[in-house]
Parts: sequence; C-alpha cells; structure tokens
Amino acid sequence: MSTESPSQQPATSPQIGVDEWVQRSGERIAGPGGLLRLADRTPPVLLLAAFIGIACAVPLLTSNGYVIGVDADTLLYVLLAIGLNVAVGWAGILDLGYVVFYGFAAYLFAELSSAHYDIHWATWQTVPLVVAATVLLGFVLALPSRRLNGDYLAIVMLFFLQMFNNFTTNGYAWNWLGLSGSHDVTGGPTGVTNIDPFRIFGHVMGPGPRDYVFVTAAGIFVVAILFHYVNRSRTGRAWRALREDPLAAEMMGIPVKWLSLLAVAVGAGVAGFAGSVNGAYYQGVFPDTFMFPLLITVYAMVILGGAGSLGGVVFGAVVVNVLLEILRTPDHARWVFYAAMILGLLAKLRPWRLLGALVAGVAVFGVVAHEIVGAVWARGVGGPIATGPTSFTTHGFWATLIRHWMVLPKNTYTAEDYRIGNYAFVIVIVLVLACTALKGWKRWALLVPTIWGACFVWETVLIEQNPVVRPLFLGVILIVLMATRPAGLFGKTRVEIV
Amino acid sequence: MSTVLAFQLQTWNFFFRELVSGLAVGSLYALIALGYTMVYGVLKLLNFAHGDVYMVGAYIGFFVLNALGSPLSPVMPIVPLILLAFAASMVGCGLLGVVVERFAYRPLRNAPRIAPLISAIGVSFFLQQTAVLLWSPNPRSYDTFSLHPGSSGIGELFHTAFTIGNFSIQYVQLVVILSTIALMIGLSLFVWKTRTGKAMRAVSFDAEASSMMGIDVDRVITVTFLIGSALAGAAGVMTGLIYQQLNPYMGFGAGLKAFTAAVVGGIGNIGGAVLGGLLIGLTETFTVGYLSSQFSDLILYSILVVFMLFRSTGIRGAPVLQKV
Repeated sequence: MSTESPSQQPATSPQIGVDEWVQRSGERIAGPGGLLRLADRTPPVLLLAAFIGIACAVPLLTSNGYVIGVDADTLLYVLLAIGLNVAVGWAGILDLGYVVFYGFAAYLFAELSSAHYDIHWATWQTVPLVVAATVLLGFVLALPSRRLNGDYLAIVMLFFLQMFNNFTTNGYAWNWLGLSGSHDVTGGPTGVTNIDPFRIFGHVMGPGPRDYVFVTAAGIFVVAILFHYVNRSRTGRAWRALREDPLAAEMMGIPVKWLSLLAVAVGAGVAGFAGSVNGAYYQGVFPDTFMFPLLITVYAMVILGGAGSLGGVVFGAVVVNVLLEILRTPDHARWVFYAAMILGLLAKLRPWRLLGALVAGVAVFGVVAHEIVGAVWARGVGGPIATGPTSFTTHGFWATLIRHWMVLPKNTYTAEDYRIGNYAFVIVIVLVLACTALKGWKRWALLVPTIWGACFVWETVLIEQNPVVRPLFLGVILIVLMATRPAGLFGKTRVEIV
Repeated sequence: MSTVLAFQLQTWNFFFRELVSGLAVGSLYALIALGYTMVYGVLKLLNFAHGDVYMVGAYIGFFVLNALGSPLSPVMPIVPLILLAFAASMVGCGLLGVVVERFAYRPLRNAPRIAPLISAIGVSFFLQQTAVLLWSPNPRSYDTFSLHPGSSGIGELFHTAFTIGNFSIQYVQLVVILSTIALMIGLSLFVWKTRTGKAMRAVSFDAEASSMMGIDVDRVITVTFLIGSALAGAAGVMTGLIYQQLNPYMGFGAGLKAFTAAVVGGIGNIGGAVLGGLLIGLTETFTVGYLSSQFSDLILYSILVVFMLFRSTGIRGAPVLQKV
C-alpha cells in the first residue's frame, strides 16, 4: 500500500494474509518516535507539574494584564477540555450538550452570589453546591442515552443546548408559560453582572485574572490527577470498552447505561467548577457566551489534541486558545498565517528540491502576476498593506517584498473592492480542493497559484476580518483533522472492527 | 395576556391562518428532511452540513431575483423569474452537496463512525462562517418585493389567491405547498421507477452486498447528495419567498428541526420524512401562535426531545434490529 512503509517489504511481493494492519505491526510495537515518544516515556506527574508550573509562573514573571488574562482563559479552556474528554474521548458519547453544563453552572453561581436575587453566599458554600447541581443536571440530561445512542443522542443533547440558549436569552420575562406573573430569572440578553469574586479564607480574589490563574490551575491539578487514576480504574476500562463496542461491552456484563450516565455527569461536574470560576472571574454571565461557537471551540481543542488522551487534550486546548488569541490582532495574525503555511509545507513536502522548486515557483508567479496586473489595471497594484507597524507597511524590507510580490488593489477595504477578495476566496477554496484531488506533478503545479492565491486572500480580506477568521479556523481544524488524522495529535489510532 | 389567548382560541380565522402557514413551513422542513433521510439511508451519516446547504440555496435565490428582477422592475415576467431562481438554487446546491461529500465525507468511509459526524459539524460551521464573510452577518430581505403589492413585480406573489369566509390564502403559500407536492411526487417516481433509484434503495438496504452485485456505490452516494441538496436549495428559495428574510445562521435551527422530522417519520423513509416535516411545521406554528412566541424554541425542542425518545424508529419506520 504505502511505498514508504518502514518495514522494508518489497512492494512487488504481496504476502498472503498480510494486509496493511499486519504489515505495520512492527511500527506499532516500536511505538511513536521523537517527541511523541518523549511525551510517552515521561511520567505523567512530571508533565502535569511542568504544565502547572509554567501556567502559574506567568503571573509571577509578567505584570502585563493581557498576558495574564490569556493565561487564565487558556486554563479555563483546559479545564473544559478535560471535562469534555470524559464523555467524548473515553466513553465515546458525542456530548453536544456540554456547554449547557458550563452555562448552567455559571448562571447558578451568578444567581447565588450577586445582587440579582440579593443572595451573597460564601464561596465555600456556592462552589460545592453548583458542582453538585451540575452533576445532577448531567445525570438528568444524559437520561435519553437510556433509549438512544450515537447520532440520535448527539442531536438530542444539541436540543438541550438550543433550549438553554432560548431560556437564558429570554429569561428576563419567565412566567412559567403563562401560569404565573412574569419574573426575571436570567437577566435576558444583558445577563447577570456584578457577581461576587471568590473569597477563600478571607482573601478576596481578583479583580483581574491573576488570582484566578492559581484557582484554575489548582482545579486542573486535582482533576487531572483524579482522572489519571479514574482512567486506569475499573470504571475507566469499562468506559473504553463502551466506546469500542457498546454491544460487546453489554454482553460482558458491563452496566452500559449507567456508565453512559456517569460519563456525562462526571464531565458535567468539571464543567460545573469551570462555570463557577467563569462567573467569578469575568464577574458577569451573558447568554451569548454559552452557544454553539463555544461548543465548537471546545470540540476543536479535544479533537486536535486527541480525544481520549489527557495530555493531548490539554495540549490541544493550549494550542487552540493561544492561536485564536493571536488571530485577534491582525498584526500578529499575519505572522501566524505565514508561519503555518511554511510549517505545513515543511512537514508535507519531502524531497527538498521539490520544496525549493515550489518556493521559487511561488515567488516567480507572484512577481509575474504583479507585473501583469500592474500593466493591465494600474489601480490593481499599489494599494496599502493592511496592518502592522509603519516600518512594515510603508517601507522597509518586508514591505518592499510584499509590494513587489503581491497584488494589492487600491481602496481594498472599501465595500465594492471587497468583492475581489470574496471571489478570490471562493476560487482559492476550489483550488485547494482541486489540489487534494489531483495526483503527481499536476498537484505541485497547481499548488503554486493556490499558495499565492491564499496569500492574496489573506492580505486583502481575511487579515481585517478576525471575527470571521477565528471560527473559520475552527471549522477548518475539524475538517482537516478528520481527513488526515482522526485520532488527533496525541491520540492512539483506533481501528474499528466491523 | 390570557384574555388575548382566549380571544385567539375563539377565532377560527386565526386557527386557519396558523394551519396554512404551518403547512407551508412544514413543507419546507419536509423538503430539507428528504435530504437528511436519503443521506442517512445510504451512508448512515447525519449530514450536519445539510442545513447550511439550504442556507446557501436561499442566498442563491436571493441573488438571482435581485440580479434579474430588481424589486420594482423585473426584466422578465414573474413565473419564469421564480422558476429560474429555483433552478439556479437547485443546481448550485446540488453541486455544493456533491463537493462536500467528495471532499469531506468520502475520505472517511472507513474511519470510526464518529469521524464523519465531526467532519460534518466542521463543514457546517465552515459554510456558515463563509456566508458571514462573503455576504455579511446582517440579514438580507426579499422584503422589498412585497412593499409594493400593487406593482406588477413579485409583489403579486403576496396577493390573495382565494378566500373562504374571512380567511384568505396567499399565492406564495399555495406555490410552496404545491411545489413541495410536485417535488415529492418526482422524487418518489425517481426512487421507485428508475434504475438509479433502485440502486439507491439497494445501497440503503445493504451497501456491501450491493457493491458485490455490481452497483457503483460511490456513484449512488453522489447522486443521493446531488438530489438531497437540490431539494434543500428549493426549500431555501421557498423560505425566502415566505419569510422574506435570510441570514447566515438560518440553516442551523432549520437543519435540526428537519433532521428530527426525518427521524420522526422513520429515517430512510421518504413518505415518512414528509409526514414528519408537516407534523413539526404544524407543531412549531401552533406553539408560536398559541403558547408563547418568546419561549417557542424551548417548548418546541422539548416536544422534539419527546418525539426522539418515544418515536425514534419513526411513525412509519419499522423497528430497527441491531445485527452483529
């Protein structure tokens, strides 16, 4: 099958009874190489300690509020991803209602510690109560798993998300469907604000992210150690059996239905803690936070890292959130875009001369395109470079480079000229798809205009559109990962026996 | 509030209006549900992106109508114009569906079952955000057409077709219901009378066995996506005509409801999908009309959860036995 398989089998003599799976058994026994092996060999406790140490060092080393804020957000996402991993990675249940638990916990915490109902409970009372309530909600919302499974269960969980969103958005006039007077439960679109911060042993946390970094890191520490042992326990093994084959697991006497409930509820418990932290840290909860895009974000994290692998999930959450954060500022986003493109080429293009030819081709193509467009349509070149420091956009090495290589229409960012970028966007998508469909030299030849076109779209449209680019990036992660490496970066490749 | 409710309950006019608009909305759901049910039949895949294909269809129709018949001065008579919008949207969506299948689902034929579903969610999100990028997140409206019902333009569509007592039906509702019936009859003929339709039924029954019988399974799947997505495109144009409002997020909720319609009707069952679509359309309209418009989603989705729990094999579907 693959000509580069390391087992040194001559491709011309297929052995009877040896398919790809058997042929690559040696590779599996040897295990992954390089960094992956290093990650595998290091004791998990060390990895966890290193991660927590780095995360907690950030607020000690810098006083930049933005950086500490990103650190706290990332840790919150790590916690969420670890929780989602229980249902999705271990038990194999596509829990599309996960965000409901997060949102429910945040709202419950908000109502128990704000002026909304004028309740101000102490933190040591609210947090355990919120977590317990969320676990209970997890059990209740997972009840459909007793009758449904697979896609149907996933869609019902998504219904719960829709219901939750409807309730939180319009909950300022909740009247028990006409049975009682109207009464404000969730604060509606403006949410609940002025939430009390955490108070632990008399110490008031915040305002600001600094203290919540430590709270969340402590939470991750406890949860990760707990889950590490849960994963190796009887329950953890039973979950994996359930994931691989529910029917066979049931035959073996595993209480499948109870374990499904448990997986969703345990995940919900983690989301419950994360939700309380969310409420206290941001000091406000809003209905728009807990919607489908957040669900996609957490799923992209879990799947990128590798569902089922605790370390992988943490890695995925960090990478995705940091990238999303960088994409927020156009100036930094440009570096991410070009770095990602170059890294992708380095990883995928193997004979070095091919890579060299490709880079030369892209460079020449750009210059030629620039000249042609300049000759035919003078307004098509010489527009401004989107963002960045002046040394970058008006003069200097990089600006000269981009100016002579890229076509930049004038008035790029006025409404009518957006159309050029929009058409180019569609064309680039078509080119990318064509590249994946073609084989051999045609693919490499087509890759040249594709890369240049992608850079053109980036420079003219996407760089200014970060509210769209960030979700687009999440969608692309899901599609590309599923097509190339469904197990994620650190997940174990699974073979489904049919 | 409750006096208004009682007043509404007494008014048959209101009931009839709700009934007809429920049937029209139900027809839309039925058309979308057909795509879900056919794809689920042959691939056992919840094609999450289907709702967004429908959204793209609505936009294509919008652009065709805008380009050829700018609201007040259409360049051609109304009937061919509408037909053209339908045709463009169906062709565009059909191609989009085929492309999505070819590039997002086909590489995953032998992957674990969760993989295509996640890929589908990714495609759905990608299409939605692409629409936001290309056409802006602000809603567009076909609304300008109906502002001048006296003009000879598309405003005609919103004229009364006929009245019964105090109650009237608009042309647009008739158009939607009748064209749904026509498309459904066409689809049934295709599935039951042609060779490709027969192949489709065979693949849906057992893909492996039918590939051994010489059926090109990949081709059948492509055709399924083509037809299903074309029907979604038609539904998109109809939505534009009825609601006169489009936005890039409209595909998500409609897709969820339509998938439920497919399940309620018995997945893989074409007549069932239509029945389920009508049932859910009526439920939705009556919920909004009689119970609560603010919490309509809450009520409707609770009903859908109950549907899914107790009728997951469908009204007309046979109980599914799990083979090992």
